[in-house]
Amino acid sequence: MNERFILKVEDLTVSFDGFKAVDHLSFYVEPNECRVIIGPNGAGKTTVLDLICGRTKATEGSVVFKNKELLSMREDQIVHAGVGRKFQTPSVYEDLTVFENLELSYPKGHGVFGALAFKRDEKVRARIKDIAETIFLADQLDEKAAFLSHGQKQWLEIGMLLIQDPQLLMLDEPVAGMSVAERKKTAELLNRIIQDRSVIVIEHDMGFVADIATRVTVLHQGKTLSEGTMERVQNDPKVVEVYLGH
Amino acid sequence: MQSSAFMSRKEIIGFAILAALIFLVLPAVLDNFRLNLFGKYLTYAFVAVGLALCWGAGGILSLGQGVFFGLGGYCMAMFLKLEASTPENTAIQSTPGIPDFMDWNQLTELPWWWEPFYSLPLALLAVVAVPVMFAFVIGVAMFTRRVGGVYFAIITQAFAAIMTILIIGQQGYTGGVNGITDLRTLMGWDIRTDEAKTILYFVNGALLFAVLLIAQYVRKSKLGRLLIAMRDQEDRVRFSGYNVANFKIFIFCLGAAFAGIGGAMFTLQVGFMSPTLVGIVPSIEMVIFCAVGGRLSILGAVYGALLVNWAKTSLSESFPELWLLGLGGLFIAVVMFFPNGLAGVWSEKIEPRLLALFSKKKPDTSAPDGAPAE
Ligand SMILES: Nc1ncnc2c1ncn2[C@@H]1O[C@H](COP(=O)(O)OP(=O)(O)O)[C@@H](O)[C@H]1O
Ligand SMILES: [Mg+2]
Repeated sequence: MNERFILKVEDLTVSFDGFKAVDHLSFYVEPNECRVIIGPNGAGKTTVLDLICGRTKATEGSVVFKNKELLSMREDQIVHAGVGRKFQTPSVYEDLTVFENLELSYPKGHGVFGALAFKRDEKVRARIKDIAETIFLADQLDEKAAFLSHGQKQWLEIGMLLIQDPQLLMLDEPVAGMSVAERKKTAELLNRIIQDRSVIVIEHDMGFVADIATRVTVLHQGKTLSEGTMERVQNDPKVVEVYLGH
Repeated sequence: MQSSAFMSRKEIIGFAILAALIFLVLPAVLDNFRLNLFGKYLTYAFVAVGLALCWGAGGILSLGQGVFFGLGGYCMAMFLKLEASTPENTAIQSTPGIPDFMDWNQLTELPWWWEPFYSLPLALLAVVAVPVMFAFVIGVAMFTRRVGGVYFAIITQAFAAIMTILIIGQQGYTGGVNGITDLRTLMGWDIRTDEAKTILYFVNGALLFAVLLIAQYVRKSKLGRLLIAMRDQEDRVRFSGYNVANFKIFIFCLGAAFAGIGGAMFTLQVGFMSPTLVGIVPSIEMVIFCAVGGRLSILGAVYGALLVNWAKTSLSESFPELWLLGLGGLFIAVVMFFPNGLAGVWSEKIEPRLLALFSKKKPDTSAPDGAPAE
């Protein structure tokens, strides 16, 4: 079946004690599209990603990825279906080395007995080295993740996603809190890794958004305020009002 | 770089020192009575090693390990009791051929679930299988519902309490508060003699090393690193594509299996099994052995079990009422000042000094064979 959309989010709603953080939201992502979600703080951007990857249970709606309903799946099943997620605050395994962090994300030996029998063969090592070079951490492989800088942790987490080779990559503010130099390197890195897959990015840096976005969704109070190309969205009076009109 | 060897050089030395202690030093310096006592302490080490994996590595604190220790011990005791309850030995009972406590409780027939324990292979299987089955049921019920942390600890503690009450209440089937006593022979071999006790001490030591090697394998496998990852960032592990509950169930069951073996060896060496080894207090004591030894270290767990029990015996001989206070104080002191326990003191304070001393004496060999490869 050749669907036009790889991800279909329809009527997605979550209510936290009556407060609808995401409110009947629908959007559709095409294969190889890079969708950027922007919106003011508290708009529900992070929550949308949480709902898609199974971290938060939806109250209503559906999320269909490659013809599979994700809302009834467990987090690890969603990962195996091909969805990877980067968190807003870098979340890596601090007590493990960079190598071990990447190794745990390597898509093999994910069952209990698979993990017991897992061998670090040449293929695994080669792939980890490869990824480590991509994320600028080739020299830190044996360092504990706890000793990495904030930016390096962000890269490591991106590396952990890359090694999973997901078809849908979701990144939550990947350049937030980075120095200017790190930001530039990350933009380069992201430009490289968003090829050949669908991506959803949450980002504030407009220059960066214009550079990578296929389409932009503007979220406001859990709803779509505007959607389309960067140019169209930027000129939408509703968007201008939300961002500048106070 | 990124060595995945089964044991580092340091760990081999650690294993060797412990082996020398258990198989050479203790048998050489202790009389039969004391050796048997240390054999008993070492049965608790099985539990502590399991806790080092569950709690130390995986962050799953169980306050009910006594249950698994007891289940293993009871399975062994049931076999031995049946062997001791031949119709000839029990001729004076109103129903000869059943365990004495059943007869006292007006049972006239062996309960059906005692029948398998006539068979040694089945009993030995049960020593591991019964604790694992219990752990599996608890694990599935708790971990798939994502019950963890303090809640899990409290529930396991409640479980230990329930188990004790059940055993005491059903005395016709379990021997009640006295437990299963007066155990005599194993396949005709008298386990009460000094010679038998010495042999059992060595069997116990060998089994403990088997368990330690399994624990070492698990720790060095990817599963071992996953446990650490789960302890620190459980949520994140799910998004690396792992079903966290399965891993917790596995490690909890493994700890239960270790505890069951320890319980069976307790029964064999001490000659009875009773509910005093199942309940809340022994379960908490077992956690303390692990904490004192250093909850991250499987070898430390063994030393913790040995040391705390040795202190307990020495102290409670002279000041029985002070022991619980002392134990509580010890636990608080360790947690506050030595969070990594004895193992932490060793690797942070003693080992570096020993190494420094060693390399000063032999400056030419200061780059030992393994060093560049690390
Ligand atoms: N688990 C939760 N429980 C209650 N409220 C939540 C929860 N998660 C998010 N929220 C609320 O939902 C709103 C949207 O949050 P979020 O998605 O993090 O916003 P954004 O990422 O766009 O800044 C916020 O008001 C936040 O307080
Ligand atoms: Mg956010």
